[in-house]
Amino acid sequence: MIEFHDVHVDAEGPEGSVGILRGVSLALTERRVALIGPNGSGKSTLARLVNGLVLPTRGSVLVNGLDVATEGRAVRRQVGFAFTDPSAQLVMPTAIEDVALSLRRRHRDKEQREQAAQGILEEYRIGELARRSVHSLSGGQRQLLALAGVLATEPAILVADEPTTLLDLANARRIGALLLGLSQQLVLATHDLELAGRCDRALLVDGGQVVADGVPVEVIAHYRSLVEQREPA
Amino acid sequence: MSRDLLGVYQPGSSFLHRMPPGAKIAALAAISLLTVLGSSALLTALVLATALALLLVARARAALVLRTLRGMLVMMTLLALYQAWQRGPERAFTVVGALVALILLATVLTVTTSVDEMLDAITRACRPLRRVGVDPELVALAFSLLIRGIPTTLAIAAETAQAAKARGLERDPRALLTPMVIRVVAHAHATGEALHARGIGDDRPGPD
Repeated sequence: MIEFHDVHVDAEGPEGSVGILRGVSLALTERRVALIGPNGSGKSTLARLVNGLVLPTRGSVLVNGLDVATEGRAVRRQVGFAFTDPSAQLVMPTAIEDVALSLRRRHRDKEQREQAAQGILEEYRIGELARRSVHSLSGGQRQLLALAGVLATEPAILVADEPTTLLDLANARRIGALLLGLSQQLVLATHDLELAGRCDRALLVDGGQVVADGVPVEVIAHYRSLVEQREPA
Repeated sequence: MSRDLLGVYQPGSSFLHRMPPGAKIAALAAISLLTVLGSSALLTALVLATALALLLVARARAALVLRTLRGMLVMMTLLALYQAWQRGPERAFTVVGALVALILLATVLTVTTSVDEMLDAITRACRPLRRVGVDPELVALAFSLLIRGIPTTLAIAAETAQAAKARGLERDPRALLTPMVIRVVAHAHATGEALHARGIGDDRPGPD
């Protein structure tokens, strides 16, 4: 379970402190939770709080009872994170080495690690990319590889920050289906309303607050009406 | 493939390809030291001949060798002219010839050793430092990030140049450099964030 207790996140701007998140309290128990909202609303910050990439200025975030601020390492062992742009996430020269990097803790022996990494690549049907430079992969292949690298650590929770934003329709569907089919709890910040609509719960984040929370179809309708009010067609 | 990341490694089966990377690096270091300490025209000629012979054995592409030397041409020419003027042509040959020979020997190393093999050698070489708290795999990861940063930076530079051109600002250094530096720094920041998210370094002692 992921708990937010009166979470505030402030950032220093040119005109003083700016509230990015303002008093968010939540308990996320559903298997697939979507975070939707306009650009700059705070949904990425909300997602990043879950594995301690961002720490609360006030309040607390607990992941399965562990406080992200004081037990960051233990939290990161439970929470995987997939970024919008996988290029920054892929840090090793080849696909297999990148997945193997995630397996450092589990397999100390290099050969065993490479075998396990190859197995994971096969599992995600990208085994043929094992020896390819990560630099030469397509956007879809990179995102798939980045996800394989994160899921290789067998996290209990996966947080994905707009993982389909840079992908074409076919790859976005492929990655979306993969994410929704995971056995792990998924927290998905996304602009893809079709994908959000297939989650179990959706949160609409706007102006640093959760302004709607519930069944995706209703929350998405709320979001659409909010946009209509602000930008009438 | 990482082996062609820098466009230098050429797969092959020569004894140089089969030689352990650590031995090649150690040999290069030893020859470099010997050349600097011995410093004579005869020794330079010998090392130069050895470097050329090894390039032939490694079957290094002539275009690659010429490209490597072309990058150093201006500096080497200026150095040779200065040495010839100050200390005579023999000394100029000894100094500049030795530098060229060592560059060629370094080329032999990179032509016959893949990036993966090089990283493994670094990991092995750093193992004794584990006792003083150095994680060899983290050192290798740092080298890997450095190597991976080269094509990424080149790609960012090319994209920035195209963006400047599209705006008709291809001659404006600010339009070329400012976004490039910002994007390279942003990429480095995002990479750091990704390493943090993957828990790299979390198995080291220290605060959360």
